[in-house]
Amino acid sequence: MNEILGWALNLAAQRGASYADARIVDDRSRSLATKNGKLGHASDAESQGIGIRVIADGAWGFAASKDLSRAVVEDTAARALAIARASARVKQEDVRLAPEKPVTAEWTTPYRIDPFTTSIEQNLDLLLRIDAELRAVSGVTLAETGINFKREDSWFASSEGANIHQTKISTGAGYAAYAFAGTEIMKRSYPNSFGGQWQNKGYELIAELKLVENARRVAEEAVALHKAAQCPEGVSTIILDSSQLGLQIHESIGHPIELDRVLGMEANFAGTSFLTLDKLGRLRYGSELVNVVADARQEHGPGLGTFGFDDEGVPAQCTPIITHGLFTGYLSSRETAHIIGANRSGGTLRAECWNRLPMIRMTNISILPGEKPLTLEQLIADTDDGIYMETNKSWSIDDKRYNFQFGCEIGWEIKKGKRGRMLKNPSYSGITTEFWNSMDAICSRDQWTLWGTPNCGKGQPQQVMGTGHGASPARFRGIKVGSAYRGN
Amino acid sequence: MLSKEEAADIFERIKKHSSADEVEVLFYSGQSALTRFANNVIHQNVAEANDGVSVRTSFGGRTARASTNKVDDESLKRVVQASEDLAKVQRPDPDLLPMPDPQERDRVSHDAFSAPPSRYFAETAAITPGLRAEGVAKIVAVADRHKLTTAGIFSNSEFVEGIFNSRGLSDWHTQTSAEVSITMLAGDSSGWQKSNSPDVNNLDPLALAETAARKAIDSAAPREMTPGKYTVILEPAAVLDIVGFMFWDFGGQAILDERSFLNNRIGTQLFGENVNIVDDVAHPLQSGAPFDGEGMRRQRVSLVENGIVKRVVYARGTAERMKKSAAPKVGPIAPTGHGFPLPNEMGEMPSNIVLSAPSQPQTLEQMMSSTDRGILVTRLWYIREVDPYEKILTGMTRDGTFLIENGKVHAGVRNFRFNESLIHMLSNVEAMGAPVRASGEESFDMVVPAMKVRDFNFTEVTKF
Repeated sequence: MNEILGWALNLAAQRGASYADARIVDDRSRSLATKNGKLGHASDAESQGIGIRVIADGAWGFAASKDLSRAVVEDTAARALAIARASARVKQEDVRLAPEKPVTAEWTTPYRIDPFTTSIEQNLDLLLRIDAELRAVSGVTLAETGINFKREDSWFASSEGANIHQTKISTGAGYAAYAFAGTEIMKRSYPNSFGGQWQNKGYELIAELKLVENARRVAEEAVALHKAAQCPEGVSTIILDSSQLGLQIHESIGHPIELDRVLGMEANFAGTSFLTLDKLGRLRYGSELVNVVADARQEHGPGLGTFGFDDEGVPAQCTPIITHGLFTGYLSSRETAHIIGANRSGGTLRAECWNRLPMIRMTNISILPGEKPLTLEQLIADTDDGIYMETNKSWSIDDKRYNFQFGCEIGWEIKKGKRGRMLKNPSYSGITTEFWNSMDAICSRDQWTLWGTPNCGKGQPQQVMGTGHGASPARFRGIKVGSAYRGN
Repeated sequence: MLSKEEAADIFERIKKHSSADEVEVLFYSGQSALTRFANNVIHQNVAEANDGVSVRTSFGGRTARASTNKVDDESLKRVVQASEDLAKVQRPDPDLLPMPDPQERDRVSHDAFSAPPSRYFAETAAITPGLRAEGVAKIVAVADRHKLTTAGIFSNSEFVEGIFNSRGLSDWHTQTSAEVSITMLAGDSSGWQKSNSPDVNNLDPLALAETAARKAIDSAAPREMTPGKYTVILEPAAVLDIVGFMFWDFGGQAILDERSFLNNRIGTQLFGENVNIVDDVAHPLQSGAPFDGEGMRRQRVSLVENGIVKRVVYARGTAERMKKSAAPKVGPIAPTGHGFPLPNEMGEMPSNIVLSAPSQPQTLEQMMSSTDRGILVTRLWYIREVDPYEKILTGMTRDGTFLIENGKVHAGVRNFRFNESLIHMLSNVEAMGAPVRASGEESFDMVVPAMKVRDFNFTEVTKF
């Protein structure tokens, strides 16, 4: 692969590029799914190609091709240069890259079992056993299960001398039970909604998830929701489970801290951010208990945002984002670091595949657990009156990331420290900073899970990326609940 | 790009590698380029070329798919093997149909299918980075003249989709596409416009830039309004953003799975009598291939007539399952050419939506002039489903939200959050415009009109 990368870099240098990098990516994925006792889908996919990024006349160009022959690689590099020179016709100043020491490195996701070595029969059998458990519950009208594996090999080289080979492996699995009756479709998912739990690790994740063991309970809850009371409308104390809190972090912290959004680069599509540059180091983002990091290092855990190097060769880092409630950091790249006075990129530039331009993406944006031992049950016991909500059902936030509304699959009343009756259609809404400033308790490390969000969309053309979010259950005071159904 | 002859050759090579009862190959090939601008400069500028195959093999009720973008012999052999390995270990599904042959595909009445017009325009395919940069420069000049900041894209592509199967069916679709999307930003307001077409000559970037700029200027210093029920005028992009969320439910498989809001409602007066919806790939303002994931002709289907849901669409397998099921039957149960590539769990959906013109279409100005107090919405954002059966959706307004008073745009307003049932919304349409090809970010492109809707449910307001 180094020879191919060299063809691209040499041609870029010969034609006057002031900087160039090239990435060859070889992706492989497998996806299996069942529905109501039958195969849903069974598919394998592979994709290979090269993406070449250059700076010429002070502006960016990018071109990509699946063809790795010398003639096409050189033609693609030439195309990237022509594009860069066209970009330069509409520029105000030259692109500046923060310095980064080039490295030669190999990095691989730590894993015990390569998921691609597991048999198809074994995995279909697992899914059908889960399916049978779900449909054994009277009232379940639809059962869906799925399991997914991905392997990405990438070779990166730059005109500055970087040469990095990475192998990333991810595994994901989950299921959902639906119950349709009367005028309601109720749903429960496990371990999380929208595909389940995803991590950068091997097949060992599947056993850890205890998928079959939880299926009966999850199906029973889907049916029981039909008899549950509607979530009331008003203002309440709420406790969120860790998966819902993970998505809350993703939407109301992870996206607004992306420096490209802050700088207006996403204004036409994904939106901008309320976190204007004047707020760094000044904004009281949350309460004293809110400590959030952007951590791509392996020691943070096997998140979908864990890697050795980002896609411009910057090593994985941990950036404090919120420190005891104070806003302390953005997600940055080599191009944007200087704008916040940083002398180095935060290492967050990633691309979906070989044919996409790397852009600032969340790594693992996680809230750190509470320091004092506190379980979910202890937190509920410590709550006089409130609602406990679990598993995301709907999520929406404005294009500057102020106003949000989340719906959850299930909730329970909390009265005098006890979990009471079940509530259907729980939802809550608010303004980002007001919400995080209302957090007055968070459970400890033993309750903390590093969740995977496999479907984060951003960019034009749109790219889908996996991100990680570690969270423990936490409590929030004075939150607006139930307005999702107001007026309907 | 891959030609149909080259694809036929690859298909023959694939067949030789396979021991399956049946083989189907989907082809994709294309080139695309996108120039992206923000802060009045081009900041991202990309191009790609890619093609590949997706191989489905079938062994007596067992089927699976494997895909690759490598078409050398070794890779083709490997992708066939991967597909067969996935298929062979399954439990046979007695409901899995043999692949269709050309006779089955052609068994379509003339009034249900007509070939769409050519959607390939050489001028669109030939747009260079330099031409896109020129276009962006003109948009930036509009922003500069109005002292605004602009962001957006100018893109073009050419691509093919093809299908071959071992029962002799083959089909091929070639298309181009060009798109311009523009946001204009002022200090505390913004405006947006977007347009796409197979033919770049149908785009008018300067007019889009001027309209987006006017919206940014006119919505400056937005006032905060109290949430509640308002008469709204939704521009076409806002209409498609929101109605697009219901078409996943307009398939037979969604009915069989009991995950559709149409369960127990087909044939009832669900929407207002002025709502008529067809799916029509041949419509001159539509786009896309005239065949589905199995190669069946994509037929014209009248989904909603005078507010009554008359039909849903069917893949071949779904139609057979529906005939055998106890589910209430409404309309003819037959394949309509809207299936996804097999195997899949979703079945089918209509994706060439045309909301038909009302008998007396109104312009936006006419809709506003009859509005004492209401909200004009340019665009919606981050829409998600709150309730799947009542079809309550939540989302935000964005990039140009205005208070209408006494028949005129009065001021910009801060963006609202809505929680609105689509059933209510389409029952409360007071007026519609002439349908246009519209493009948003929350749903696929459609041919839709602007709509004036009473009692649209805003529940919260944000800070800008």
